[in-house]
Amino acid sequence: MAVDRSQLPPVGADPSFTFPAIVHHTLPNGLRVRAIEHRSVPVITFVLQLAGGSGSDATGQEGLAALVADMVDEGTGSLSAIDVSDALARIGAEYDVDVGADATTFTLTTLARFADRGASLLASLVTAPSMRESDFDRIRQLRLDRLRQLKDLAPAVAERAFLRLVYGAHAYGHLPIGTDDTLRRLQLADVVEMHRARFQPSAGTLVVTGAMSAADLIEIAGRAFGSWQAAAAGAHVTTGMAVSAEFPDASARLAIVPREGAAQSELRIGHLSARRDTPDYPALLVMNAVLGGQFVSRVNLKLREEKGYTYGARTGFDWHKGLSPFSLQASVHTAATAEAIKDSLAELDAIRGSRPPTHDELTLAKASLTRGYPRNFETAQQVARAVAQLALYGLPDSYFAEFIPKANAVSEAELVQAAARYLDPHRLTILIVGDYSSIGASLETLEMGSPEVLPVPV
Amino acid sequence: MTPIELPYSKRTLENGLDVIVHEDHHVPVVAVNLWYHVGSKNERPGRTGFAHLFEHLMFEGSEHHNSGYFPPLQQAGALLNGSTNTDRTNYWEVVPTSAVDLALWMESDRMGYLLPALTRERFETQRDVVLNERRQNYENRPYGFALMALLAALYPPDHPYHWMTIGAAEDIRAMQFEDVRDFFRSYYHPSNASLVLAGDIDTGRAFDLATQYFGDIPGGVKPPRVSAEASIGRERRLLLEDRVELPRLYIGWHSPAMFADGDAELDLAGDLLANGKTSRLYRSLVYDQRLAVDVSGYQSSRELGGFFLLVATAAPGRSLSEIAAEIDKAIQALVEDGPSPAEMERAEAQAEAHFLYRLQTVGGFGGKSDQLNAYNVMRGNPGYFAQDLARYQSATAETVRATARRWLRYDARVVLSLVPRGQQVLALPGSESVSVT
Repeated sequence: MAVDRSQLPPVGADPSFTFPAIVHHTLPNGLRVRAIEHRSVPVITFVLQLAGGSGSDATGQEGLAALVADMVDEGTGSLSAIDVSDALARIGAEYDVDVGADATTFTLTTLARFADRGASLLASLVTAPSMRESDFDRIRQLRLDRLRQLKDLAPAVAERAFLRLVYGAHAYGHLPIGTDDTLRRLQLADVVEMHRARFQPSAGTLVVTGAMSAADLIEIAGRAFGSWQAAAAGAHVTTGMAVSAEFPDASARLAIVPREGAAQSELRIGHLSARRDTPDYPALLVMNAVLGGQFVSRVNLKLREEKGYTYGARTGFDWHKGLSPFSLQASVHTAATAEAIKDSLAELDAIRGSRPPTHDELTLAKASLTRGYPRNFETAQQVARAVAQLALYGLPDSYFAEFIPKANAVSEAELVQAAARYLDPHRLTILIVGDYSSIGASLETLEMGSPEVLPVPV
Repeated sequence: MTPIELPYSKRTLENGLDVIVHEDHHVPVVAVNLWYHVGSKNERPGRTGFAHLFEHLMFEGSEHHNSGYFPPLQQAGALLNGSTNTDRTNYWEVVPTSAVDLALWMESDRMGYLLPALTRERFETQRDVVLNERRQNYENRPYGFALMALLAALYPPDHPYHWMTIGAAEDIRAMQFEDVRDFFRSYYHPSNASLVLAGDIDTGRAFDLATQYFGDIPGGVKPPRVSAEASIGRERRLLLEDRVELPRLYIGWHSPAMFADGDAELDLAGDLLANGKTSRLYRSLVYDQRLAVDVSGYQSSRELGGFFLLVATAAPGRSLSEIAAEIDKAIQALVEDGPSPAEMERAEAQAEAHFLYRLQTVGGFGGKSDQLNAYNVMRGNPGYFAQDLARYQSATAETVRATARRWLRYDARVVLSLVPRGQQVLALPGSESVSVT
């Protein structure tokens, strides 16, 4: 049968999507357990999420939450750090810890037949880490060395400088790794104290996803984590303070971290924008998809496909419980720096009303967010991490099922309204990490005055 | 033991296109994965980077859909991408089950009808995009030129692994629009391609659709296999300066080709020497002596021949010479005594787990569809998954030892010292200064 190439073939109705059932259970010690049966491959994933992350590092202690997380797999009981890695390898486990702004999340995936061994190892690490001085000393030094190396990595320099500009002294204003100064001052006692205060069953959610029934998953969780002792009644449990703090009220500015001879300029253009719990969240996601959240977006098509200034440009929200930054990110050819900034600013402004999304743009943005949605939940780990997000942001179990209709319901007017409300050209911070001596003159054409010259963050 | 299998069906269409189908109905998506057996190994000196630039052009439109490749597919909820390496170029879409026809229409249109849509303007824009990709991933990245310098020394100038897939900047700038046509005709046709459909689709329907969309495309002439030899009869020491804080040592050796004898053993050797905290070099360099801030190592399995690499970054105040001496000690111990029984047990457990984890996704880079194509293109057998796993299960301490002894020699390797600018003194003694642009 010959193919009709005069038009694209029609696409059928979307397959129906249902998120698997999430079974709730709370252990007597207060640990919340979420169990989801997931039978494609005989593996099991544990995601243990504890409230509090780098966003609740106290002033002067930036980097502490990440240090605590790093110390967790440095030994437990009679096991040294090396023994821990060996025990993980013997059950073929993948272990990972992520320190976010609002939570610290441990993930362990192993073969289903090693479920109990994996769970009990994770429980020992998290609840009873050895916290030896010699390990602390080594781990802290490795982090200091890493910080030193980040000074040469343009995207890391840009990220650190941008966060500091938009958040000022606020605890969200640093990367989890902290700073050279604060890391040097932190002591093992600080780590022990934060672990005691933060690593409490009542501050945690354990998501277990794997190839067995939810009841079996909950039993495994109970066997491993049931003996985790809660702090004595009345003991102080901290889960972070970043959410409610005040934020600086910035006005538009241009700043540069000079990087002599750089082949490209690393750009960050944005400002603090919205919280994850905003009711405008679906509208903002659709808006971002039109603007710069996917390959076929205004910013990428302009800067990459039309102008050839960059390998790729994108925009996005870095969602936090508190006020989250929105930014455009791109690494552009040095000679095109000023032009790329102008094009970017024009796009950020246009979507606020002067060039609302066309019908096609709106349809495409929604489709790209919703029609392929089921593929986000293919593996046990994807499912477990998704459910942990529900716990982090206090979202209902029905969230994933409701996302598709909510995103599809966003109208053109709502999108423009959200853009107008949450994107403000008069408050944009424009940060460049690039070769100042070769682009300085061209930056004058932006008519923002001389850029503020910043040192490489340390 | 958990049974670990990757079942499939395969047919070859009359025009030479291999079609492979794997059913997995857990999630309502289908992975479309298409390999062309062409990569930077098919380039010539002075014309490097072309295979990769061409991959970009495949996303710019074809005769019957003469605009961007992304919009109709994203409109249908697809995730899509492509990549080029030395040996092959792959393209994939993961689409909702309802959009399989669309993905096959699009892939077949650019296989059969690309050239009428290609304009000089599209070519020139993508050339600029690729130059920016090179700046972002190599020129403006710390240590970004290290592998380029090492491979250039490991392979002679006329060997196609002498250059990296991204190509030389001056070659990219000098590319001619006219060369696109020849390249497409030589390599982008059914007899040099392999298509996998994996996921929520019935096998019979998948073959019917593949035949419907691709069956009419003329087969083309299968390009001759590339062959090239490389050996290095001594230790070469190189020095490269870069904008970095900490010096880093790279040691590279020639090693067996992908799936050849010894390839799996060197993969295991890479793990036990330098992968993770349990590895011998992490223990000695980072944990016990704190000479280095990181260490890594791997066997890079490639079609014409592999290379084995060890990399370690010096801790502040420590020297690359101290690190090199520790690495040599570790290699000496491995080639003399081999892995311990505990190391082999651990390796076996990890091999089982890793092969099982590889079965979790149908699409994308490294998903089941990509693996079936790798086995089909490189071994002519999509069912090689089981044999691939068996290679790891049958490796012994003695075969790992003997393989390491054969390949990881002191007198046949390239040792690159990458040092902060202006600090040549930090390189290993006797290193010859090289530059990369």
